[in-house]
Amino acid sequence: MTDLVIRLAGVSRVFPAEPPVRALTEVHLDVVRGEYVSIVGASGSGKSTLLNTLGLLDRPTSGSYQLDGVETAGLSDGERTALRGSRIGFVFQSFHLLSYRTVTDNVAMAELYRRADRATRLERANQALERVGLGHRKGFRPDRLSGGERQRVAIARALFGGPALLLCDEPTGNLDRVTTSGVLDLFDELSAQGVTLVVITHDEQVSLRAQRRVRIEDGRLWEETRCA
Amino acid sequence: MRLIDLGDEALAGVASRPMRTALTMLGTFIGITTLVITLGVAATAANQIAGRFDAVTATGITVTMPAGSSPDAAPVVSWNGLADLVRLNGVHAAAAISEANADSNLVVRANELHDPNTVTDRSLPVVSATAGLPQVVNATVAQGRFFDDGHVKRHDRVAVLGATAAKLLGITRVDDQPAVFVNDQAFTVIGILASSGLDLDHGLDVSVILPYPTATDQLRMGQPTKVLIRTDLGAAPLIAKQAPIALSPDDHDQLQVQAPPDPTTLRGGVEHDTNGLFVVLGLVSLVVGAIGIANVTLVTVMERIGEIGLRRALGARRRHIAAQFLVESGTVGLIGGVIGTSAGIIAVVVISALNDWTPVLDMSLAAGAPVAGALVGLLAGLYPALRAARMEPVEALRSGT
Repeated sequence: MTDLVIRLAGVSRVFPAEPPVRALTEVHLDVVRGEYVSIVGASGSGKSTLLNTLGLLDRPTSGSYQLDGVETAGLSDGERTALRGSRIGFVFQSFHLLSYRTVTDNVAMAELYRRADRATRLERANQALERVGLGHRKGFRPDRLSGGERQRVAIARALFGGPALLLCDEPTGNLDRVTTSGVLDLFDELSAQGVTLVVITHDEQVSLRAQRRVRIEDGRLWEETRCA
Repeated sequence: MRLIDLGDEALAGVASRPMRTALTMLGTFIGITTLVITLGVAATAANQIAGRFDAVTATGITVTMPAGSSPDAAPVVSWNGLADLVRLNGVHAAAAISEANADSNLVVRANELHDPNTVTDRSLPVVSATAGLPQVVNATVAQGRFFDDGHVKRHDRVAVLGATAAKLLGITRVDDQPAVFVNDQAFTVIGILASSGLDLDHGLDVSVILPYPTATDQLRMGQPTKVLIRTDLGAAPLIAKQAPIALSPDDHDQLQVQAPPDPTTLRGGVEHDTNGLFVVLGLVSLVVGAIGIANVTLVTVMERIGEIGLRRALGARRRHIAAQFLVESGTVGLIGGVIGTSAGIIAVVVISALNDWTPVLDMSLAAGAPVAGALVGLLAGLYPALRAARMEPVEALRSGT
């Protein structure tokens, strides 16, 4: 069996309403370690629900989700939180950086809720910043950085502690063309280093950079083969 | 999550909005300051009052023998029993007295002259005593002298009069050796007490005081009925406990002790009177401060929904979120408490200096007031913290930036 980071099997998510909203229907998705996958779809296609499910922020109504070999269906809220904290690095459209903390503190924060060596934390956070090309911005506050730099900080935070999966939600949604391509170049680099990437976006250009494209429409997934 | 990290995060949160934090802690600050000033000044003033009491009255003890024992019965305390009492550390002086029964009040007159126009026969209390009495009751001798151990040993028929007793009997000087007749027994007056002092037994002012062997011989007066004790400053509570046992090892339960109120009790009483209103004021401002903290923390929680979502995404559990906001509000309360306590103590010292008082600082007050501030902050943060912890991460991430 190959080394699967994500295994979704027959996952559905129905929101109770009148009539019930079927956000995800019988979704199957396998992501192998080291893969760079983009999930592309228009708004209302179920992207956000899929992201929340993958990120353990939401529970599927039915089906099985194995993250890094751990079946998540039967886990308690606390166990899901611990798993989320240790296995998943999130990158958000709006960065979610704390404006009153330095860049280094923002990165180091990823380790607050885990067991890790506290003494070397800031040092390792700075190394993570260097990895995304921000070694010269260590003591800065986020509000003094450009949008692209902020997203790099967020990526450094997501990478911190070596998660099994980097889960990106519209990572370039708030960025212009030039900085977008910078961030996408960084994704390529990370992918080359063996990081497992799942990028959820509505932007065809962004999704085209991934090794593998999955389209989501009306809560169903379609694998797209690249016409090279 | 480590405790030190929790503290770091909370401090960073508090420090990120210094102006807001300062304004938020104002309520706690005012409340704690008011409380510390109130309690501190009251304790200082009460100590001042108690200190004045101490010097004068807080050193006198009266031990009373059980009433009704006949003169022939075995004494509960004998005249010679004082030796064991004076030995005690803290006893400055002691004297025993025997008061004649009220129903056998003795007739006292000054001379043999029978004048139909004046009342010459007086019914006055007659007291027999040991020689050291004036020292014990803070009495001074206005004229002549008090009888001493020599008079006592020789069974001399001498008497000392209280100031009022002397006036009633018409005796104004002692250098001509006037006599008084008690039950037709003659005694030479050798001294008259001044009317001041006598704080342990004001009755001595109208009494005829005789040496105890003489009184026993001539008037069949019995064993001591009272022992008066003057203690060193501060020793009264201790001596009050020890005196009955020293006086009468077998029957100390029968002795009644009248001791001055313990200075601390007295102080407590004074504090109780003066404090009530201001304590209520301080508590009210604490409550107002708590409401302020609760409000601001709630606003802060709403402003930081995005941060809450992020922390949840990073693996923070609900209790981590609740703990962070609780520690933040507790810190605000604690800082307010510390500054308030300091300001209050400075105010107490300044007030004391202006009044020439010795400032009295209760250590438990100085330590407890900041704790009270922190508790106020924690209580106030309870509801906002629960609100923050209850948020769903998905919602929080979506609505916050």
